[in-house]
Amino acid sequence: MEASQNEQFERLILPHLGAAYNLARWLVRNPDDAEDLVQDAMLRAVRFFAGFRGGDARAWLLAIVRNSCFTWLQRHRAAELNEEFDEETHTPTAVQASQEQSALAGEEAGRLRSALEVIPAAFREAVVLREIEGMSYKEIAAVAGVSIGTVMSRLARGRERLRGALAPVAERQAGAKEGAGP
Amino acid sequence: MTCEESTRLLPGYFDGELDLVHTLEIEEHVRGCAACSRALEGDRALRSAFTRADLRFAVPARLEKNVRAAVSRAMPKESPSRKNNWQWAFATAAMALFAVLAWRLLPITQQPGPNAMAEEAIANHIRSLMPGHLSDVESTDQHTVKPWFDGRVDFSPPVENFAAQGFPLIGGRLDYLGHRPAAALVYQRRKHYINVFVAPAPGIADGREPRVTSQGYSALAWTRGAMSYWVVSDLNPMELEEFARLLRGER
Repeated sequence: MEASQNEQFERLILPHLGAAYNLARWLVRNPDDAEDLVQDAMLRAVRFFAGFRGGDARAWLLAIVRNSCFTWLQRHRAAELNEEFDEETHTPTAVQASQEQSALAGEEAGRLRSALEVIPAAFREAVVLREIEGMSYKEIAAVAGVSIGTVMSRLARGRERLRGALAPVAERQAGAKEGAGP
Repeated sequence: MTCEESTRLLPGYFDGELDLVHTLEIEEHVRGCAACSRALEGDRALRSAFTRADLRFAVPARLEKNVRAAVSRAMPKESPSRKNNWQWAFATAAMALFAVLAWRLLPITQQPGPNAMAEEAIANHIRSLMPGHLSDVESTDQHTVKPWFDGRVDFSPPVENFAAQGFPLIGGRLDYLGHRPAAALVYQRRKHYINVFVAPAPGIADGREPRVTSQGYSALAWTRGAMSYWVVSDLNPMELEEFARLLRGER
């Protein structure tokens, strides 16, 4: 029975290591800490695996990973997490600053990457799970432990910021297509 | 539909998460509203930018190797000796204790309160009304619905058909509530659907929660025998209360 549990873990949970690392990497934004957190979260997953009753293995694992990450953020970057509460005053500037930085790189992917890095962690989490992992609202809600309505509003607010970061590019493209004048 | 409503629901529309009625209403609104139509265009542009940018971080090979090694070390070994069994029993007990403590202590700030849970139950109810979402097992027979949950949830929800009292059972579904799997039983009263969410509530004392109403739906919640129940419907409060009494066995 024990051996089959090992096999089951490998079959059901390990394939989602990539999603786990990607989420952690986006949440803590630092490769070394993300590695440590994921390794730690996988061991916690092993420990709790006996309590996993089937269902969505990816959401189950990602919930463990995100909880580790948010606990870590609370401990090491509490100021940044608290920023979310007065995001209106802080983040637009941060988005702008990061945009200016990546404007040097000049490419869309770089702008998107830096804009995503500076939006509040809860919005970033929803956007990463939706746009990179392609998860449904229900799955995201299960990972983040919030209601589907909250998922929708976090996505809306996160995307609003990101649209802002992309807007100049989109306008330029539209201008080029129309062959517009000045 | 007002612009305010449309703005709120637009992400759901864009992500294909809305029911048909709201989808049609949004489409109609967007046709006549430049601001909402621009926002939608912006979301589309954003999504294609995400697709082109491919922002996924690849797992470092070293991490994958370390995790595999750590996992096989941490997993119980095959045919352990008697002494190992003892150690494992002890370790498992310690972990179970840790898990229980973590479960009880950590969620103080994270665990949604009863009101948030009721809100979530209402959101689940609304979602369940979308085409094809209402039930995973369609049956008016409690002896079909009850076994269906075996192997899907680690508890046995009480399933009873109240057709004789005018609340026929029409199916069951697996759902999530408060971040954990919950059994959802679907009943009907005339044209109204009623979702009953059942989930274990270890260590929670028996009792009832105040009624929560939101968006024209009511939620009743109570705990009995270490199981929590949420009943959600757009049915009038009196009949919903009557149904709740049936469920609680207070005839």
